[in-house]
Amino acid sequence: MNWIKKSFQVSIYLFLYVPLIVLIAYSFNNAQYSLQWHGFTTLWYSKLFADGLLWKAFINSLQLGLIASFIACGLSFFASIRLITSKNQLRTYLISSILLFLIIPDLIFAVGLLLFFNLTEIPLGFTSLLIAHVSFCIPFAVILINTKLATIDDNIYRAAIDLSASYSTMVSRIYFPLLWPSLLSAFLLCFTLSFDDIVISYFIAGPEYDILPLQIYSRIKTGITPEINALCSIMFVLSLLLIVAAHALQREK
Amino acid sequence: MKIKSLSVPLLVCWLTAFVFIPLLIIVIASFLEQGEFSLFQFTFTLENYKELFSPLFLKILIRSITIGFTVTFLCLIVALPFCFLVVKSRIKLLLLLLIIIPFWTSSLIRTYALIALLKSHGLINTILLKLHLISTPLNLLYTNTAVMIGLVYNLLPFMILPLYAAMERFDFKLIDAAKDLGANSAKIIFKVLIPSIMPGIISGCILVLLPAMTLFYIPSILGGARSILLGNLIQQQVYVLENLPQGAASSMILTILLLLLMLFYKQQSRGQP
Repeated sequence: MNWIKKSFQVSIYLFLYVPLIVLIAYSFNNAQYSLQWHGFTTLWYSKLFADGLLWKAFINSLQLGLIASFIACGLSFFASIRLITSKNQLRTYLISSILLFLIIPDLIFAVGLLLFFNLTEIPLGFTSLLIAHVSFCIPFAVILINTKLATIDDNIYRAAIDLSASYSTMVSRIYFPLLWPSLLSAFLLCFTLSFDDIVISYFIAGPEYDILPLQIYSRIKTGITPEINALCSIMFVLSLLLIVAAHALQREK
Repeated sequence: MKIKSLSVPLLVCWLTAFVFIPLLIIVIASFLEQGEFSLFQFTFTLENYKELFSPLFLKILIRSITIGFTVTFLCLIVALPFCFLVVKSRIKLLLLLLIIIPFWTSSLIRTYALIALLKSHGLINTILLKLHLISTPLNLLYTNTAVMIGLVYNLLPFMILPLYAAMERFDFKLIDAAKDLGANSAKIIFKVLIPSIMPGIISGCILVLLPAMTLFYIPSILGGARSILLGNLIQQQVYVLENLPQGAASSMILTILLLLLMLFYKQQSRGQP
């Protein structure tokens, strides 16, 4: 019985990881079309780095992801601390609506935003993307920060109030030192979300502002090439590192 | 330091303006006519909803629901025993991290990675041919089967994580108690375990079912002409035909489905901590 359990577990992990390992292996394969192994090469990676269009999309994605995560995490951090003692309805209302936004399919949100940008005549491009990315990062940031905040003793807050600490003193001397690992972890995860988003960006990117996931999507649709294998491998390893770092930060005591 | 004191109103305004209002606009736009020069004009109509009952649309809707529920069911029957094993494992933190990694990585990339396996000269066919299990390569890519494999592959972590969270809160002593009282394994699973983790099961199903119908790039990468799902339809209505009111009406189906599932969740999780 025991080996059945073990092999079941192992096969789930194989199912999840074998395609990615194969992808990375092929990105080093010295052949344009064949799926047979023709020896090791880094040719596809050097071709990739010479591709100006991809670099432009990469820089745009990087810029968008960093700014969006910064706004989303900053806003969520200060608001969560503000709300820590308010047991009023605002907090409950806010948290439950945020949970609702988390389960609304991206596609519905994308259609809504497209209609909204058309009505308000906000041009499609960097601005529309930034608004959308901050919006879908906020729920994740609020939840990640609040999970950590819930573990902090309320008496610390009361003691600070008794000793007449101002709001900014509390933030800089108490909450930031306690929360920065979670904050950084939320930042990294928001960045991954923004960097990988396809459904929402697809609808509201507009023709001018090209970002990496959309560039990858349009290339994938024209077929499998070693360059895309290389690009996807880099993207996967990059998000892998970010996630492991975020995870390690969350566990930090 | 204005931002600090303004943070709560700012957050509320942001979510109202850029999340709540856009969702509201979908509801309104679904009742409007398509404009000749603009995207819609303010005349009330039920035409967009009538269109949903046209044979073509119904066919796609039925296919989406069939594939969506099949994928959800497959994820569930794999995830249930899997979570049960992981919760009791000694290295569960590592095992969980290995599930969280695919949860956060780009599903576009993971979908693309499947092509190399499913191709007619891909890994799966090569292995099956070498083992002499098949004599001609199976036609996997660009079929509904490939779409379903892709969806299960992408969405399995979304089922595992809520189920795992629910199982971690489950008191395993209840199983011993049930055994002492003479319950057999089937009874233990269906009368003790499943009812206690029902909220987790429903959250997992919500997180799998709706994306399964809406992740339009998975059918468009792995599927053929006959694997168009609801998500692809909405994408075409909005992006290709530029008929936003029609797209809004189609999205309303998903919203209604989501609300029904949430009602079910509320009902099931009543009386639970």
